[in-house]
Amino acid sequence: MRLNRKKWSWKIFFVYVVLTLYTIYTLYPIFLMIATSLKGNLEIMQNPSGFPRAVTWKGFETLFRRENFGRYFLNSIFVTVVSSAILLVVSVMLAYILSRYVCRLSNFLYIFFLMGMMLPLRLGLLSLNDLLNSLGLIDSLWGLIFIYVAMNIPFTMFLLTGYIRMIPVEMEESAFIDGANTWTILRKITVPLIKPAIATTIVYNFVPIWNDAFFPLVFVSTKSRRTLMLAITLFFGQFSTDWNLVFSALTLACLPVILVYIFCSKYLIRGMMAGALKG
Amino acid sequence: MKRSKKVYVAFLLPALFFYVVFMLYPLVSSLGLSLFSWNGYGAKTFVGLANFRRLFGDPSYSARFWGALKNNALFFLFTVVLQNCIALLLAAFLNIRRLRGAKFFRSVLYIPATLSIIVVGFLWSLIYNPLWGPLNHTLGAVGLGALKRAWLGSPHTALLAISVANAWQYTGVPMIMFLAGMQAIPDELYEAASLDGASGSRQFWGITFPLIRPVMFVISTIVFVSNFSAFEIIYAMAGTTGAPNYSTDILGTFFYRICFGQRLGLQPDMGVGAAIAACMFLLIGVGVFFWFRIYGKDGDL
Repeated sequence: MRLNRKKWSWKIFFVYVVLTLYTIYTLYPIFLMIATSLKGNLEIMQNPSGFPRAVTWKGFETLFRRENFGRYFLNSIFVTVVSSAILLVVSVMLAYILSRYVCRLSNFLYIFFLMGMMLPLRLGLLSLNDLLNSLGLIDSLWGLIFIYVAMNIPFTMFLLTGYIRMIPVEMEESAFIDGANTWTILRKITVPLIKPAIATTIVYNFVPIWNDAFFPLVFVSTKSRRTLMLAITLFFGQFSTDWNLVFSALTLACLPVILVYIFCSKYLIRGMMAGALKG
Repeated sequence: MKRSKKVYVAFLLPALFFYVVFMLYPLVSSLGLSLFSWNGYGAKTFVGLANFRRLFGDPSYSARFWGALKNNALFFLFTVVLQNCIALLLAAFLNIRRLRGAKFFRSVLYIPATLSIIVVGFLWSLIYNPLWGPLNHTLGAVGLGALKRAWLGSPHTALLAISVANAWQYTGVPMIMFLAGMQAIPDELYEAASLDGASGSRQFWGITFPLIRPVMFVISTIVFVSNFSAFEIIYAMAGTTGAPNYSTDILGTFFYRICFGQRLGLQPDMGVGAAIAACMFLLIGVGVFFWFRIYGKDGDL
């Protein structure tokens, strides 16, 4: 018995060692990115892996003073906020009818939208290019916004539908008898009840929309319309020897996501778990 | 409660509009484009399967296509093996009841998945830098200087090095999915096994592993779809040509070169580009088909 317990705690110790080592492996590159953004170029060569000895903010200064990163930052915020807002409104409405109007059409539409979770839109790039051209949305932030809305409807619908189905329908019914219309019921009763699910979808969609570099790379050519990720993508080729500047840009681009994650990680992980349990 | 058809349609239309116009239409019509010849603007001419014949018949295209397909398969294999093994181990550890701080580890290990692929690519190019990158630096410092090499510069290591970066970023995702699967397993099963005297590792292989196999399948399918439509990680670490010597060229970079090659001084060929996209679509379609047989069958929840 004593032997057994000793063996067990030895095992737990081993588990902690593995987890700690893997955590260091996970965090080290991120530490490296931030540390490199604060080192001068000479120090990066001499001391590539450790803490900065002499902290410099030169990289960040150059980004905002000379490289117009303030503008790219605002573009990214605009695209992310507007697409999240549109996405949320249309998906809540969709999820509401799919979960409250139980019929064969709803079942079909559920699968029809769910299918999109596994379809990579980038394979439709050529037609999307034609479409945006003919709508005058090429080289425009609105083109990106519509793409992000379309791409993220399936998961948002999936998560919200699952949630709405779990809340009881009685309150909506009594409001209906009192003469409220569906839109009012949705706004005043359902939405407040599904706030946690809404928070999850907002955080969950924020990450890929903010991080996307692919669609801006293909569709945006005007310099002043670059998003932050596009600016960084093009930046790396242009300044590949100025590591301090490049890493200041990378750090800057990650900052909002990391901040959001620190404050909202529970929502993100909840979204992940919802996806996993379905399987 | 009375259900009105008008409300149904009004609530459905906005989402349907975005989904159909900006997602389904481009995907379906891209497939059709593979039967036409055009230069990206101007008129399209119907050419039947000529684009496919050129893609598979013209050696300058077909060699690249099969090369990219092979690299893509390897990229998928490396990633899925690395990710699933590490994630399974981590999730099994985090699922130990007596472990304190499981939530902390879980949150921290997920962080890389929130970063942009472009950022991760650039970040790992720095780590792999042959002259002063931290990886070679560390190998030298611990007496393994013989292992130092230009990780991204050699056709033998480049694809594996990129897969490691990719797995580093996404291991947290399958880890959390495995963990969710493990936590859904009822305690009674373990209690019964303990009473029968089964050890921890026997319980894992006898109960946990078989019950989370479906999760593993879902994860592999997700990795399959995302790896066969990947682009940014190669673009960031090896450029659009899949350097060195096309050893990291995958279908996504090949497709990009053929369609938007004018930026590299190549003549774009949209017809062949559409044919490549159609092949990728077919490949991914097979993956989605299997996914749906598992994921979508209880659609009415």
